[in-house]
Order: sequence, then structure tokens, then C-alpha cells
Amino acid sequence: MSVTTVSSNADQIFVLLRDWLVSFLPSALRPAAGVLLSVVAIVCVFPGLFALTTVFERKGLGRIQNRLGPNRVGPFGFFQPIADGIKSLTKEDIVPLSANAVVHFLAPLILVVTVFMGFAVLPMGRHMVLVDMDAGLLFFFAMGAATELSVFMAGWSSRNKYSLLGAMRAVAQMISYEVVLLLSAVSVVMITGSLSLPDIVDAQNSYTGIFPHWYIFTPWGLAAFIMFAIAATAETNRSPFDLPEGESELVAGYHTEYSGFKFALFFLGEYLAMFSISGLGTTLFLGGWSAPLSVLNFVPSWIWFFGKVMVSIFVFIWMRGTLPRLRQDQLMNFAWKFVLPFTLLNLMVTALWRFMGQGWLRWVVCSAILAFAYILMGRLGLHRKHIGPRSYRYAE
Amino acid sequence: MTLFPSPLVGYLLVAALLFAIGLAGALVRRNAIMVLIGIELMLNAANLNLIAFWRFGPRPEALTGMMFAIFSIAVAAAEAAVGLGLVISIHRHTGTTDLEKMNRMKG
Amino acid sequence: MNPVFYLLAALTLGGGLAAILLKHLIHAALALTVAFAGLALLFLQLDAQFAGFAQILVYIGAVAILVVFAILLTHSDLPKEGVFSRTWLAGLAIAAAVFAVLGWAVLASIDDIPQQNTTPLATVHDIGNALVGRYVLPLEIVALLLTAATIGAVIVAMHEKERPR
Repeated sequence: MSVTTVSSNADQIFVLLRDWLVSFLPSALRPAAGVLLSVVAIVCVFPGLFALTTVFERKGLGRIQNRLGPNRVGPFGFFQPIADGIKSLTKEDIVPLSANAVVHFLAPLILVVTVFMGFAVLPMGRHMVLVDMDAGLLFFFAMGAATELSVFMAGWSSRNKYSLLGAMRAVAQMISYEVVLLLSAVSVVMITGSLSLPDIVDAQNSYTGIFPHWYIFTPWGLAAFIMFAIAATAETNRSPFDLPEGESELVAGYHTEYSGFKFALFFLGEYLAMFSISGLGTTLFLGGWSAPLSVLNFVPSWIWFFGKVMVSIFVFIWMRGTLPRLRQDQLMNFAWKFVLPFTLLNLMVTALWRFMGQGWLRWVVCSAILAFAYILMGRLGLHRKHIGPRSYRYAE
Repeated sequence: MTLFPSPLVGYLLVAALLFAIGLAGALVRRNAIMVLIGIELMLNAANLNLIAFWRFGPRPEALTGMMFAIFSIAVAAAEAAVGLGLVISIHRHTGTTDLEKMNRMKG
Repeated sequence: MNPVFYLLAALTLGGGLAAILLKHLIHAALALTVAFAGLALLFLQLDAQFAGFAQILVYIGAVAILVVFAILLTHSDLPKEGVFSRTWLAGLAIAAAVFAVLGWAVLASIDDIPQQNTTPLATVHDIGNALVGRYVLPLEIVALLLTAATIGAVIVAMHEKERPR
């Protein structure tokens, strides 16, 4: 067995495993059983990653804030998710008396179901996508839009002023940043010419020398990736955009009245949304499952995909520990007055990129336009704010 | 009516029933927002009709039905936005959204 | 006719009926969302993938949320006076008459209905080509309409400045 066959077997190991398991069944049942096995794999792997991420987050935030995170349960606190899971499952499920029982029950379910559906179109490795849909990206965004409704249902059904306020803020924020998310993804679609996610990864899978053709290494791709990252943080209600669920602001926002397993479902839904949108970001901009340098192609593709997703999660955790929270009006101002015009300009720059043809000229022109626009908008934004040097007042 | 001669008949009947339900909602309810909900149901029924005819019609590769439905979705969203903005503005002016109370030109 | 169609049709019609009959407006709006979801699944059943996903994205993701926000901002959750207007019988009769006419038209022309049973291929590529080829004028007009609707909705729903009396 040469090195290439070993590495290609390791690359396709999950596909081969699934085909082997399915071959025990009669051939009429094989496609359905294959899909069912893949669904079971996704439903087991991603909540497992969620459990790991909760520990990473608490330890990571702890180290950023100059304290140890949880370190009692297991070596370095790594069995903490098991303790958290047991706690969530055994807590009493309290439903307020005046709450709308049916809607209160359905909200976390719909959240988790729509977030899981988003995983169906992500290509997690070579030939490892659950459904290769022609309009895969549109399906992903449709599932994201359906998530907003469940957030509102959760907040309204609790009959609690804090929950309703938190839900309305969350929905307003999600709607504003949904436009930015969609428009930054549209620039990728413009260059690739297809809405199907495996096609987008294939378009980024080529190398000049050893450097990859990922879209993040182009000027419009970098701008679109930064705006996608900002919009993704806002869509999943993470810091610095976590006003709807900030503990010091609104008790717990739209999941105030949830306890026990339903709260765990909301938590799961939020982290899974983070995974799924990081997966989309890596597929669109970071080349999906392709290796960063062409010499590293022997490493299996699914390791690259999950590695990039975990790096994105690490950046999310880093931002949470470092940046202060944005106020609601600052957040909406930022979306509509800064990020959205910049996204529209980026669309035009992408079109210019495509029609300028190959060569160094398009790099210079596109980078110059984007840098100039960024500096101009920054200057205009600071125009009427008299921001001087910081001054402190200490208690006497 | 369990076996239609063509599946198209089933879709057309569902669309017609949904349209009638939407029309009943728009004519029977008292609240202005319920009228808008009825209108949305009617638009959706028309969309279902369009897509059903595109699928079972003579020239589906011309994509006429699908295009018409997509434009109809866009226009319906715009109309819902303006209509609901109007309802909010009326509520601010008269304090009510009850259509039975808004039956005078004065005020 | 496969059973999935009957299930989806029942879901859609049930959602529509609940949307117009429920007393509490937010329940009605959520039933409307169920009707939208049923319709999106019916579109997918008809091999119209793009239209189905656009239906979920636009109707469930935007119009349903708009309706719910409007209900909350006008404080009309639970109507204090009656639910149905005084002329409800006339409205119901008109709706029933419309359904009777439409149903008769469909059933009377059963023999003339075209029978296209091969699955049409409507890839996103074809839709894109059609949008900038044959349907470019409607596309531009819809863009203008959406801009006008956005500006109009903001102006209509804005707080007016207090004019000195």
C-alpha cells in the first residue's frame, strides 16, 4: 500500500465505513440506510463537539480573565460537560402559570431542529456532504431565518417583560445582520457561479505553487470574510453582540423562564448555530476541506474542515473574553450605517474583480478601492463625535 | 375523490380552498391585521397555483411559472411591510385597530 | 397521489383555518407560519426547490415576524370586543361562493388539463439566466418596487415630529 492509497483511504474512511455498514442490507434499502447513518453520525458528532466547546469556553474565558476555569471534575476539568448535562437533566422543569404552554414547549424544539437542518448541506470532507443540493446555500439561509421565529416564540410565550424585551431585541438584531450575512455570501456565489456548497469548495481547491486559492486571500474575499464574521457573531447572539442575553442586562433575555432540559436545548441550539455558521464561513471563504498548503494534501480532508471550524470557535471565545458589549442602538447603527454600505461596495468590487481579467492590476485596484472606502467611512463616522483622550475619575 | 386523473387537480383544489379560506378571513375578522393575514393566505394560494401549473404544464423549461411565483413572493413581502406600517400608523392615530370602529371618514 | 401530498395539504389547510379562526392574534400568526411551512413543503414536492426555499426565507423569516411585531406594537393580542365583524355571514357566503366557482372550474375542465409528468429541471443556473435574460425588466421593476416599499414603510410608520400648534 503506497502512501497515496493510505492517505486517500484515511480521507474517505467515514464514507467507506458507511458503505461497509450499509452493504449488510438488501440493495433496495441501501440509499435510505446510508442517509440515516450519516444523519445519526451528524447528530452524535456535533453535540459531542458542543460538550467539548463548553469546557474550552469556560477554561479559555477563565485564562483570559486571569483565573482558572472549572478544574474539579476530571483532569483539568474536562469532564465538566458530563456534570453540566446531569445537572440540566435532573433539574425541575418549571413552566410559569401564565405562560402559553404549547408555544413555550415548542420554541426550543424548533430552534434545535432548524439548526440541525443547517448541517445537512455542509461539505465536511471530500465526498462527505449529506445532501448535495443545487440551491444548498439558499437552504442554509432559509433554516437560519426560521431560527429567528423560534427566538421570538420563546420570548413571547414566557409572559415576562424581560423575556419579551430580550426576544424583540434579539430578533431586530438578527434581521439586521441577516442582510449583511446574505450579501457577503453573495459575493462568493458571484465568483463561483453556483449556489451548491461542494461546488464552492471545489472552486477553491486549486493551488498556485503551494499557496491555495481560498477566497479569503483575495481583497474582496477578505472584506467579505470580515463582514461575514461580524454578522455571524451577531446572528448567534455572541459577544460583543449579546445584549439580548446579557446576564447583567436582562436577567437572561428570552430564555429567562426556561429551566432544566429546555435551557440545555437553548444552550445546545446556540452553540450548534455557532458551529454551523463557522462551517459555512470555512466553506465559503477558507476553502472548506482543502489543505492550506498543497504539500499537506496527505492529511485527511475532514481533519482540515473540523480544524478550521475549531479555530473559528476559538476566535469566537477570544472575542467574548476581550471585547465589551455593544449597546442596542450602537449595534443597529453599526449594521445599517457602516457594515451594510460596505457590503454593497464589496459586491461591486467583486464584480469589478471578475471582469478585470487575470493579472496584478485587479489586485491593486480592488484593494485600493476597499481600503479607501474603509478609511473614508471611518473618518465620516467619527466626524461629529468629539473623541478626545481618555480621562478617568476615581472615587475620592 | 381519492384518485384524481392528474395530480394537478389535487393541487388546484388545495389552492382554491386556501384562497377561499383567506378570503373568508379577510372579510369576516374585525382586526385590521387579520385582514392582512387573509391577504397573505390568498397570495400564497395563487403562488401554489402558479407553481402547480408550471410543473404540470406544457413548457416547464421556460420557467415562467417559477419566475412569476418568485416575483409574487417579493411583491407580497413588500406589500405586507407597507400594509403593516399603515396599521401601526393608524393605531397611533386612532388608538384602535378594530375595523368596526373605523367606519367614518371624519378624524 | 401519494400520501405525503394529503398530509401536506391537510397541514396547510389546517394552518390556514386556524389562522383565521383563532381569537388570540399571536396564535393566529403562528398558525399562519405553519401554513407557510406547509406551502413551502408543497413547493418542494412540486420540484420547485428555489421557490420553496425562497418561501421559507421570505415568508417565515420576514413576513411572519413582521406580522408578529405589528400585533405586539398595536397591543391587539386579545381583542376586547368580538372576534368577528357584524357582517360575518355575508363574508362567509362570498368566500364559499368563490370556492364553489373555482372548484367547479377545475373539475369541469379535467379532460383538458395538460399531462406533463416528467420532472422539469430548474437549476439555479437556469433561473439566473432567465432572470437576467428574459425577465430582466420585471427584475428591475421589482427592485424599484422594493426600494419604494422600504422607504414608504419607514415614512408611514415613523413617529411624526410634534408640530407647534
